[in-house]
Amino acid sequence: MAMLMKGNEAIAEAAIQAGCRLFYGYPITPSTEIPEYMSKKMKSSGGTYLQAESEVAAINMVYGAGAVGERVMTGTSSPGFSLMQEGLSYLFAAEIPCVIVDVMRSGPGLGGLGPTQADYFQLTKGGGHGDYHGIVLAPASVQEMVDLTKEAFDIADYYRNLVIVAVDGILGQMMEPVEFPPYQGRKLSPKTWAASGAEGRPKNNVISYYLTPDLGESENLRWGQKISLMKESEQRFSEYLMDDAEFAFVAFGTSARITETAVDMLREEGIKVGLFRPVTLWPFPEKGLSARLPQIKGLMSVELSSGQMVEDVKLIVNGQAPVGLCKRQGGMTPEPEEVVDAFKKQLLGRGQG
Amino acid sequence: MKNVVKINVERCKSCGLCVHTCPKKILKIGDKPNSKGFYAVEMTDQSLCIGCAFCGLICPDLALEIYREEKGE
Amino acid sequence: MKTIFTKTSGLTERPFHYCPGCTHGIIHRLIGELLEEMNLIEKAIGVAPVGCAGFCENYFSCDMIGAAHGRAVAVATGAKRARPDRFVFTYQGDGDGASIGLAETVSAAARGEKISSIFVNNAIYGMTGGQMAPTSLVGQRTSTSPYGRDAVTMGFPLDLPKILTQVEGAVYVASVSVESPQAIKETKKALRKAFQIQLDGLGYSFVSILSTCPTNWGVDPVEALDWLTTKMKPYFALGELKTPALEGGSNS
Repeated sequence: MAMLMKGNEAIAEAAIQAGCRLFYGYPITPSTEIPEYMSKKMKSSGGTYLQAESEVAAINMVYGAGAVGERVMTGTSSPGFSLMQEGLSYLFAAEIPCVIVDVMRSGPGLGGLGPTQADYFQLTKGGGHGDYHGIVLAPASVQEMVDLTKEAFDIADYYRNLVIVAVDGILGQMMEPVEFPPYQGRKLSPKTWAASGAEGRPKNNVISYYLTPDLGESENLRWGQKISLMKESEQRFSEYLMDDAEFAFVAFGTSARITETAVDMLREEGIKVGLFRPVTLWPFPEKGLSARLPQIKGLMSVELSSGQMVEDVKLIVNGQAPVGLCKRQGGMTPEPEEVVDAFKKQLLGRGQG
Repeated sequence: MKNVVKINVERCKSCGLCVHTCPKKILKIGDKPNSKGFYAVEMTDQSLCIGCAFCGLICPDLALEIYREEKGE
Repeated sequence: MKTIFTKTSGLTERPFHYCPGCTHGIIHRLIGELLEEMNLIEKAIGVAPVGCAGFCENYFSCDMIGAAHGRAVAVATGAKRARPDRFVFTYQGDGDGASIGLAETVSAAARGEKISSIFVNNAIYGMTGGQMAPTSLVGQRTSTSPYGRDAVTMGFPLDLPKILTQVEGAVYVASVSVESPQAIKETKKALRKAFQIQLDGLGYSFVSILSTCPTNWGVDPVEALDWLTTKMKPYFALGELKTPALEGGSNS
């Protein structure tokens, strides 16, 4: 039975249903319904909500809870997410599973409260130090926020790696009908590595450093294998009218929703265009997009940023087709008509020239 | 009744805190370097040791253990 | 053969990496002994800092977590809230706890986190080679106050335990030192009390321990004990600065 829920609250409810019993956060618009919901509901579900003194403290509390083997989450927005970057690097190196929600708001600086996707580089290339990655899930509806948040905890435990759920202010604040179907999780091994108290077993250390360069290299190579494994098996995307498409939009989250309307408008004009929607921003769904390239004459990335994901699209397209960009910044979102005009100007203009 | 200070030569870093703190002043820096090159401490006259274990308390490297032989041992 | 003094099972077999005469080793011993004596080895989760003691997870027999510099108390908060049945302690230097981690320490105290923080104050950044710390004394030469700490431009040493006595959630605050067997015994008593207060769930316990750094103070280990006694002790408030007011406060 579906019920109407706000994105942020649906994420929080999904986390609780996924067995998350610990939330450490700090208030920041437009993500604050997540901690608010947690502060109401955690206690009754036998969990703990704790408001930290800063996002720096919050991500390190996540580190502590994850290190003792408990499911833990935090939720924040872009400026707070920036403060957590050092923590994400430590979480990766210590191989501590956890889930972080980034409800993006426009930057840089204090910026604005409007929606954005300008955290893309920080999310996918890593805003912290060193070679590390978190798996980044990008839902485009409140239902998908529920489904992906639940899975996020399994993925985190499965790989002993941080997982980030990336939405924007619109998705976080919008209300849509959602259901909470029973969730069949992955088969997970017990966290024998955790520093949960050395009862009847040798002691564990959960640390993030290595003393010598040769050990440093072997650790980084080992992590590199984990990154390759995640890259190989966790690519996700969804397609809209791509089967017979000759042109493809690439867009995620809110901009994907707008682009679907642009696709319909262009289809009405007889132009065979489709939408390729990454559901994982990292690993970028390379295989899916590459499979479509033989039939594609041109692509366009639609983003709420100066154009960040477009670089990854160009990397994959590798010159086989032109790649255009339709972008709005600062919290503005494009009208479908703008996407259609940009497409015609940048791709068909060249086509009819 | 005899007190015995057992010195773990390899853990000693020749810092001299025990030599300074021993109320009977019977420990001294030795003249044989351990594998790391530290001149480990040595007991001068074990018979004067009162078993107070101050040396053990002040040693930052747990290089000293103190025992007491009961009569007749 | 009766044992008077020997190594505790609360510490592993690993020799310490600390400089000769560095009193971190003594503090480790006291904590190790208490973990054994209070039957906490299997229950304890320690949080290591970044600094000279950043490798102490190799020395304590209990499970340990390595925190980012300054964040040990937040990490410990996260761990304790996740496993309130566990005994959680932090081990930090003066830079870790009173400089970059000051907000984490004061906030945890304000929340009355039921963890025990051990704050080793040697008035200098040891691992990075002797820079000025928040607790460096006025006039103290360090590699970043080469002409001596000048209060006009570099301010005054921060007496963190004294500050924490003003914070409601900090129910036990002690300021002790390890420069002599007598002082070491007092330190062990304070640590035992702090640990017991956590086990009794009364709130946040904090033990600041004046400690030496012969290498970066530029003195030999015995002179360092004297520098601690004659220079540091006069400046910092000492003793049990705050104990639980409740009748039931256990001081076994």
